[in-house]
Amino acid sequence: MAEEFVPVQTKVVTKPFLVLAALALTGLGLIAYRYVAGLGAVTNLSDGYPWGIWIAYDVLVGTALGCGGYAMAILVYVFNRWEYHPLVRSAVLTSVLGYTLAAVAIFIDIGRYWNGYKLFLPWQVNLSSVLVEVALCIGAYVVVLWIEFLPTLLEKHREHPKAAVWLRRLNHALPVIAAVGILLPTMHQSSLGTLMVIAGGKLSPLWQTSLLPLFFLLSALAMGFAVTAVESIASSYFFRRPYETPMLANLARVTAGVVAAYLVLRLADLLYRGAPVLSSGWLSAMFFLENLLYMVPLIFLVSPRAARNLRVLFLAGLALLLAGAVYRFNAFLVGFSPGPGWRYFPAMPEIAITLGLVSLELMAYLYFVKRYPVLPAQHG
Amino acid sequence: MAISRRSFLKLAAGAGLAAGASLAPAPVGARPPVPRLPEAVGILYDATLCIGCKACMSACKEFNGLPPEHTDPRAIWDDPLDLSAKTVNIVKLYTHGSGLAKDREVDGYAYIRRFCMHCVDPACTSACPVGALYKDARTGIVKYNPDVCIGCRYCQIACPYNIPKFQWDSPFPRIVKCQMCDHLQARGSFPACCRFCPTGASLFGEVRELLREARRRLALKEGEPTWFPLRRVDSGSHTYRAAPAYLPYIYGEKDGGGTQVLMLSSVPFAKLGLPALGEDSIASHSETVYHALYKGMLLPYLVLSGLVYLVYRNTTKKDLP
Repeated sequence: MAEEFVPVQTKVVTKPFLVLAALALTGLGLIAYRYVAGLGAVTNLSDGYPWGIWIAYDVLVGTALGCGGYAMAILVYVFNRWEYHPLVRSAVLTSVLGYTLAAVAIFIDIGRYWNGYKLFLPWQVNLSSVLVEVALCIGAYVVVLWIEFLPTLLEKHREHPKAAVWLRRLNHALPVIAAVGILLPTMHQSSLGTLMVIAGGKLSPLWQTSLLPLFFLLSALAMGFAVTAVESIASSYFFRRPYETPMLANLARVTAGVVAAYLVLRLADLLYRGAPVLSSGWLSAMFFLENLLYMVPLIFLVSPRAARNLRVLFLAGLALLLAGAVYRFNAFLVGFSPGPGWRYFPAMPEIAITLGLVSLELMAYLYFVKRYPVLPAQHG
Repeated sequence: MAISRRSFLKLAAGAGLAAGASLAPAPVGARPPVPRLPEAVGILYDATLCIGCKACMSACKEFNGLPPEHTDPRAIWDDPLDLSAKTVNIVKLYTHGSGLAKDREVDGYAYIRRFCMHCVDPACTSACPVGALYKDARTGIVKYNPDVCIGCRYCQIACPYNIPKFQWDSPFPRIVKCQMCDHLQARGSFPACCRFCPTGASLFGEVRELLREARRRLALKEGEPTWFPLRRVDSGSHTYRAAPAYLPYIYGEKDGGGTQVLMLSSVPFAKLGLPALGEDSIASHSETVYHALYKGMLLPYLVLSGLVYLVYRNTTKKDLP
């Protein structure tokens, strides 16, 4: 049987890799400083805006970008669409990296990190707290993702007798692992939205709704499909491999369905609540930006001809990722107002730490695709 | 293929119905409102009695070991602009127009004290993942336990009054908030702000007695001579003066599910910076949405068993192109 997945045969340490390394080192240095001088020394966070880009980007957008593994697992394992299986591995890799770094970011963000383990003590946690569900679920999913990624690591050493035994065992447990790996993101991606319900009137009615969990779940799914397509096209381009065009065109249809469902429900909810869509000033502008970023790619994705054009698919994918990111920033930062006088824009070191973490993630991605069988083998 | 699609659709429809039902805005199993504790203690703040002397602020700092704060480097006194990790009680000033008449909305001024409202059904304790913020089971005081706090600051997102404050400049930060001088109450004393208030504007007592006193004041006719208890509602010492023109409203009686700090004023509370919250607590709303999905973990278990079945069947009967 031919190999389904193969490593890309090029050097790991390249010029872009070194640039990323420099960014990562800067970030790590600032993280060290944060532990000496406190959060105020590296962030513009305040008592009014206690959560900033580390939560909005690293955790909310980061894990949604990490939903590729989740979205593809639903297609393959639930819908029985095994033609998408070649995309699963790289999707799981982006997921495992995105989620691991989100977990790291949470640990940098929490002020009293030495008490962090108390979140995992059953007698300590508060079961009314949405944050408990989010934290436990993300924690568990990071472990599940590494287990899902394990076959990739083991296959490289398949000559080793122990590796072969473990590969067989993992294959045996696959249905349970895959099922848990679908359940957990369904739970925490929706709960990430539920987090803001308790902010009540501090969150603008353009975003505050009891349906926040549903919107966060659907938009995470859309981002999961989009990131898989964007990543597939980008890695084919950069590593000079054939494009997965027919598969991507089918994927575009699935993505369009999810986005359309999201937009219909979002609009219905706004109308039902009579939200001040037009009269919220700058928030209205951000609201329209967010939804245009959903609508424009949707128009292209439903057209069968455009969906076979890789350039269109790539741009539509990017727009959808941006749409999901803007939605998350809007629902957690832009639309959040603790009262007059409070302002927030991230500080330079705060941005540098996020950039450093993203650089680490990209470095790890490059390392794994070049050393381990992650990307689909060339076929046809 | 046909079979797998059909059974998937069945499952999807079932799960969708369940999710839809539990996400509906008016769910059957709404979390019931929390009643007031019978022995709850609180503070009645009467803005019309407040003279803005800030004795409560300096007493609060002295008895809670909090440092003075310089927001203006040229200032020679404690000059916080708002509540912070160094200031858990503050007197603010409302002015309008000429600002000449006390307790008048137009061309007048008024003082307003801001500190923890000690909610009947607090958002912070509902949000806190580890119970670091918790409500004392007898007195209802909202207390903080740094030994379990992870510093996630979700309490700050949740609190409608922006009360919990974080030590941003410390590598080992804590959440800081008014705990109604529970350390003094444990010794049989009462909150420093009430003890040192010269006019009785801040009055300590059991919430039911404070509510009775607040209603007595609202029943007075403007200008009618009356008495005002000092320090504690049951202290027995009073001042005497004419009744002011109260707004017929006790802030905190029902606002946001009710608070143990109650406020009276002649100037609308919105003008004094207090939020309009409605009568239901935001915690009950959030927990209703959340528990609809996670009550007894029933829904997650159902979804998981469906998923295990589907994945097992689909990995054994791969539908390859």
